[in-house]
Amino acid sequence: MTASSPAVAAPQRYLETQIRWHSLEIAFWLAALLPFVVTPNYLQLASQIAITALFALSLDLILGYAGIVSLGHAAYFGFGSYTAGLLAKHGWGEPLSGLLIAAVAAGLLGYATSFIIARFRHLALIMITLGLGLLLAEAANSASWLTGGADGLQGVRMWKLLGIFEFDLYGYVGYSYSLVVLFLTFLVARRLINSPFGLALRGIRENAVRMPAIGAPSTAHIRKIYTIAAVMAGIAGALLAQTTETVSLETLSFQRSADVLVILILGGAGRLYGGIIGTIIYMVARDQFSGTTPQYWYFWIGALLVAVVIFLPNGILGGLARLTDHWRGRA
Amino acid sequence: MSTSALSTRGLDKSFGSLVVAKNIELNLPQGERYALIGPNGAGKTTLINLMTGMLRPDGGRIFLGADDITALKPEERVKRGLVRTFQINTLFPHLSALEAVTLAVCERRGYAGNWRQKLPAYRDAIEEAYAILVSLRLGASCYRPTHELAYGQQRLLEIALALATRPQVLLLDEPAAGVPHDESAELFAVIANLSRDIAVLFIEHDMNVVFRFANRIIVMVGGRILVEGTPSEIAADVRVREVYLGKARHG
Repeated sequence: MTASSPAVAAPQRYLETQIRWHSLEIAFWLAALLPFVVTPNYLQLASQIAITALFALSLDLILGYAGIVSLGHAAYFGFGSYTAGLLAKHGWGEPLSGLLIAAVAAGLLGYATSFIIARFRHLALIMITLGLGLLLAEAANSASWLTGGADGLQGVRMWKLLGIFEFDLYGYVGYSYSLVVLFLTFLVARRLINSPFGLALRGIRENAVRMPAIGAPSTAHIRKIYTIAAVMAGIAGALLAQTTETVSLETLSFQRSADVLVILILGGAGRLYGGIIGTIIYMVARDQFSGTTPQYWYFWIGALLVAVVIFLPNGILGGLARLTDHWRGRA
Repeated sequence: MSTSALSTRGLDKSFGSLVVAKNIELNLPQGERYALIGPNGAGKTTLINLMTGMLRPDGGRIFLGADDITALKPEERVKRGLVRTFQINTLFPHLSALEAVTLAVCERRGYAGNWRQKLPAYRDAIEEAYAILVSLRLGASCYRPTHELAYGQQRLLEIALALATRPQVLLLDEPAAGVPHDESAELFAVIANLSRDIAVLFIEHDMNVVFRFANRIIVMVGGRILVEGTPSEIAADVRVREVYLGKARHG
């Protein structure tokens, strides 16, 4: 009744090419190994970058794909961080199981809050996520008997990774660990984005009004991705606690929520690599500037943010994509 | 007369003092083609919003077949086969036409929550989506982002998305809105060719189209159903002439 079989295979092939691994992607992940040989003195920084990139990736899943704006995403990062830190402080310093438990804890918190999140959009959503973030930060501050309050959580002692690798001062093990976890989580995120569920998320972002009219349970989708994003943020937080062997209130702070949003907007939301690229630029720039003129650091970030939003509304990656489109001569 | 696919009993809705639906008693039999006409502001789109659950009625009940669906959410009504399109394009601008229709098929087949497998692995859904697009002559343009499609193609995609849900009852809110006159006949030919299993109710201002494609016509004025009948009955009705055909002719 319809076209012959090769014609039917064409749409499937088209969808295959949409999600194929690009050679630049492979080059990017190989380049992530460069710090081991090129800048071995900066492995601690590289580890922090990998952790923040994972955090940004988790925000990208809800903001860039499902269109959920959050100003309180640090809640899940910090919750994972404290969970892993407290576990290690109180006698269970095994990193991988600690990471897993922190992920589950952050996921449960994400699932609980997702029932509120899924009911709102736009400004109300920003205020609610902001409020939830502040709530948790203040709770951690006042529960200083548990969290150490403003002094931070001291006495976190990690066991050897896999029973073999001791976390060292130079960050060899730290960066290896963070990078592997980032890469594995990235693979999960990439698969998720290219799945039917990922398509449904893009549908919510593109037109929330039409979704119910095609029979889509948008709120159920939102609850699900919000929980998954919380798990990933919790993993990132746990990585920070485990590699630095301390947890501070800063992991829950509004500043961290705002920073990761800035990072994602700079790099380009909804592009999977936007958060990672944004993190590299942001953190390397911060490291460089704070060495010379720390008091002006946010001046430059402010200027960069304004410039990017005006001239590259889809972030740095969006701008690059447009440039390469131009190059190939679409005209 | 065959069994009713969609019906309402005493449906009421007002916004403050403005009555937009008053005691609406509607009965749409299986497989019929109904036109809903009336002057601007008569409450035609509101009625679609009420029946599809996008608005909550102040009173009255809505039945799909024998089931009371008054309390169901919009997406639950779609799952049961009550589907609408929009007067103003309500599409997914940055999804390709193929992706958009595949999404609707995946939602119906219960794939849309799956995130462990790649989309191309769901070959049956993709093939079905592509077949729908081909049947609406969108096959060649289905790889382009929706916002790059010509306006008339976007109107067709509105219908394609609705068809992907396998409707029992299809409510079309001015499917040819903004489409040039000659193309609108083409668009209605598509609607006329829809399976006779689907009951169709369409809102349309062009009387030539209405009289050509509808088995029966419902005339709404001021939130009330004024009269319902066959095209010839409506054409001969004095009240309809007075309030509608006689006064404002809408293009």
